[in-house]
Amino acid sequence: MPRIDRQELAAIFAGGAVGAVLRVWLGQHFASADDSWPWATFAINVSGSFALAYFATRLQERLPQSTYRRPLLGTGFCGAYTTFSTMQVEILKIVEAHRYGLAAGYAFGSIAAGYAAIFLATSIVRRTRVIA
Amino acid sequence: MSDWVWLAVAVVGGIGAMGRFFLDSLIAEHAGRDFPYGTFTINITGALILGVLTGLAIEGNLLVVAGTATIGSYTTFSTWMLETNRLAEDTEIPRALINTTASLVVGFGAALLGHTIGAHA
Repeated sequence: MPRIDRQELAAIFAGGAVGAVLRVWLGQHFASADDSWPWATFAINVSGSFALAYFATRLQERLPQSTYRRPLLGTGFCGAYTTFSTMQVEILKIVEAHRYGLAAGYAFGSIAAGYAAIFLATSIVRRTRVIA
Repeated sequence: MSDWVWLAVAVVGGIGAMGRFFLDSLIAEHAGRDFPYGTFTINITGALILGVLTGLAIEGNLLVVAGTATIGSYTTFSTWMLETNRLAEDTEIPRALINTTASLVVGFGAALLGHTIGAHA
């Protein structure tokens, strides 16, 4: 069994709670029909990927070691804010509506944009000079 | 949605994230970190469970809390993409491609299977 750090778990819980509330709120305010492009999830996954790469790269390569920032912002917030399961169920619903092109576009579009967001955020952090 | 439902979303969202962390740590302890087996397992099981819930035609606040909030927080898109990117940076291009396509294809299959199970339950 992995060793459990209670404060680390608390940080993950807090970040996860905020991430879930924000995702559900955005999903309700920008809801889309079952057979159309799920803009809310798409925007959440791309923005969350950007944020995770920003935090992870900055915390790992730029800032002094901190115990609770990564679990709070990365594992907790970004992990919970973005979602894989909802994306898959949305793809399934679009397929069931026989809009195969849209389903493929949404799947590959999410991956391409999410990956590009990771790449971009990582590059931005690495190019920023640390002022000593 | 009432304040109580929002509170439930926050609590189960936090629990989903903790469950993901716990399972990922447990899997990494046994399988190592050469390939992100943890996130893969989490995302596939989550897609299966959310498929079951939608197949059962659960709606309204229950679907939001049990599905969107709990399973949505348990699974993650951003970590999947970050781990894929780090594999590619380490010149592990085949593994990065496998991580992308296997998650997408198996995840879709899991959602479809779950949906079918739920619809016939």
